[in-house]
Amino acid sequence: MFRFLAIGLIRDRTRSFFPILIIASGVMLTVLFFSWINGYATMLIADNARFETGHMKIVTRAYNELIDQRPYDLGLMNVNEKIEVLTSEYPLMHWQPRIYFGGLLDLPDEKGETLSQGEVIGFGVDLFSDSYERDLLNLKEAISNGHLPSKQGEILISQEVAEKLGIKVGDKVTIIGSTMYGSMAMHNFTVSGMVLFGVQAMDRGAAIVDISDVRSFLDMEDSASEILGFLPKYDEDTTFDISAAFNEAYSNEDDEFSEIMLPLRTQGQMEFLLTALDERMGMFIFIFIFVMSLVLWNSGLMNGIRRYGEIGIRLAIGESKGHIYRSLILESFLIGIAATIIGTAIGLVFSYFLQYNGIDVSSMLKDSKVIMSATMRAQVTPASYFIGFFPGVIASVTGAVISGIGIYRRNTAQLFKELET
Amino acid sequence: MELIKIEKMTKHYPIGGGKFTALRDIDLEFKKGEFTGIVGPSGSGKTTLLNIIGSLDTQSEGDVEVMGNSIRKLSSTKAAKLRSQHIGFIFQTYNLLPVYTVFENVEFPLILLGMPAEKRKKAVLDALEWVGLSDKVKSRPAQLSGGECQRVAIARAIVKKPDLVLADEPTANLDAENSHHILKTMEKINKELGTTFIFSTHDAKVIKYLKRKISLLDGKVDKDEIVNGG
Repeated sequence: MFRFLAIGLIRDRTRSFFPILIIASGVMLTVLFFSWINGYATMLIADNARFETGHMKIVTRAYNELIDQRPYDLGLMNVNEKIEVLTSEYPLMHWQPRIYFGGLLDLPDEKGETLSQGEVIGFGVDLFSDSYERDLLNLKEAISNGHLPSKQGEILISQEVAEKLGIKVGDKVTIIGSTMYGSMAMHNFTVSGMVLFGVQAMDRGAAIVDISDVRSFLDMEDSASEILGFLPKYDEDTTFDISAAFNEAYSNEDDEFSEIMLPLRTQGQMEFLLTALDERMGMFIFIFIFVMSLVLWNSGLMNGIRRYGEIGIRLAIGESKGHIYRSLILESFLIGIAATIIGTAIGLVFSYFLQYNGIDVSSMLKDSKVIMSATMRAQVTPASYFIGFFPGVIASVTGAVISGIGIYRRNTAQLFKELET
Repeated sequence: MELIKIEKMTKHYPIGGGKFTALRDIDLEFKKGEFTGIVGPSGSGKTTLLNIIGSLDTQSEGDVEVMGNSIRKLSSTKAAKLRSQHIGFIFQTYNLLPVYTVFENVEFPLILLGMPAEKRKKAVLDALEWVGLSDKVKSRPAQLSGGECQRVAIARAIVKKPDLVLADEPTANLDAENSHHILKTMEKINKELGTTFIFSTHDAKVIKYLKRKISLLDGKVDKDEIVNGG
């Protein structure tokens, strides 16, 4: 019977071509959308992790209360010891202390008077102990002019700030801020280079300095705003497990300076964004199944009318209504599988294309506060290869299940009479 | 022994608020091996009677038993099983499945019976030999003449060696030569395999082959006679 149905589908194009076209188009869009959302989520996680959230981060409970303001005066103390403990407890992870600070960047003229001034968001990161932060922030590739700091007292500033304030490589600049204890602080730096990350939130006003310079400048010896933790590969469940274990051991609700570990997903807008992405994907697949089912239901009805003669003769030969109904569902299953394979293949081609050639969305991110790369790419994962099977096959079979009910609604004699006319 | 027994059978169809009586007070018996024609003008109830005998429809009143099965008591599945195992149909318009070859059209009833492929192949080739179409196994219905199509339909009806073949106006679309050929083939099958044939027809060419002729008029049996020395 299977062979008999397959032959019919192959030879009778009107029976298979339209449903295959519809389902393959839908599956293609599903695969592309899934890979696109995947690419977006992966990029969102990766960019936020390296610039802001880590896979997890440790802060004091007081700092966490005001985390949007990044109050480094409520930062972590005895950071070196803490990192040693963390490294021994989680040997596979990497821990990076960072200090975030706001300041005024002042460019003086030859007489030492202000030539131009602008606000910057300072990043105190470890630039010299090893290459981890340099690699994490992708500094080598982000350098648009000049070079990476090679010694203490050098600073990298964003290309946009440099252009706005007229700063050149080699210029001496002063950053004016306040120490951890509230007194005014000023520190001179030599501009070693400009950076362009392709992330609007960073490119608008970042200044990157070695953490030891910042500690000295802000009077934060052995302190840090945050300690970021990185797994060898991001895994959400692991971040929650480690955070829960850490908080159980070290966090104390009654001590505002006790530490708390925050997994990436719970930080800032990440929960909202990642949940929204999951929901969009689920909604898209649901809408696809619903719309495709409606279309295929109609197509099944039209096909059923066209095949009244065949159904009538099959009844006369001795096939039961149930058997005919099941065979129509089997046909739709075969169509669903074939269309899904075609749609998945086409969807993967487009997805791979968008994975290697992203789309520039920088114009849409001008005022965005979300850390996100200006080039959006799809990402093909193993799930991209089979995600289309659920909507493809379900829509096809659902359409046949609904349209096939007509066979039961008409009595045999009526079907037979229509066969004769 | 009766193959088919019909007692006081009436068939109504609802029309608007009332009903139309297609058959009334039919009493008939058919024995195994008969070559019988139900004749009458259009609208006399021939096709309705064949449909009820073939368990495609049910009577409104009275009893119809086909091979010991009460038609009214049969579920849709059991009726399908009765048709699948014991009854073959031949239609005026052939009703072959256009996307399948001659071989596949004839093979289909055997697939429904779950016959193994090797046995099926032999049975199909035998049936096609019976109707003289051994050289057309790979042809599609669109490539055949009307007469050839009807011979494929006969092969499909007899391939499972049914007890009963119901033929609804089998020669209506055929010229005299093809009609003669078809009727000769069915007569041969009737004689050699003992298959019972019941025709509905008003074609004079068919009538001269019949052994029994039942005339219907306005839904009632007008005459039931043995003809042609049957």
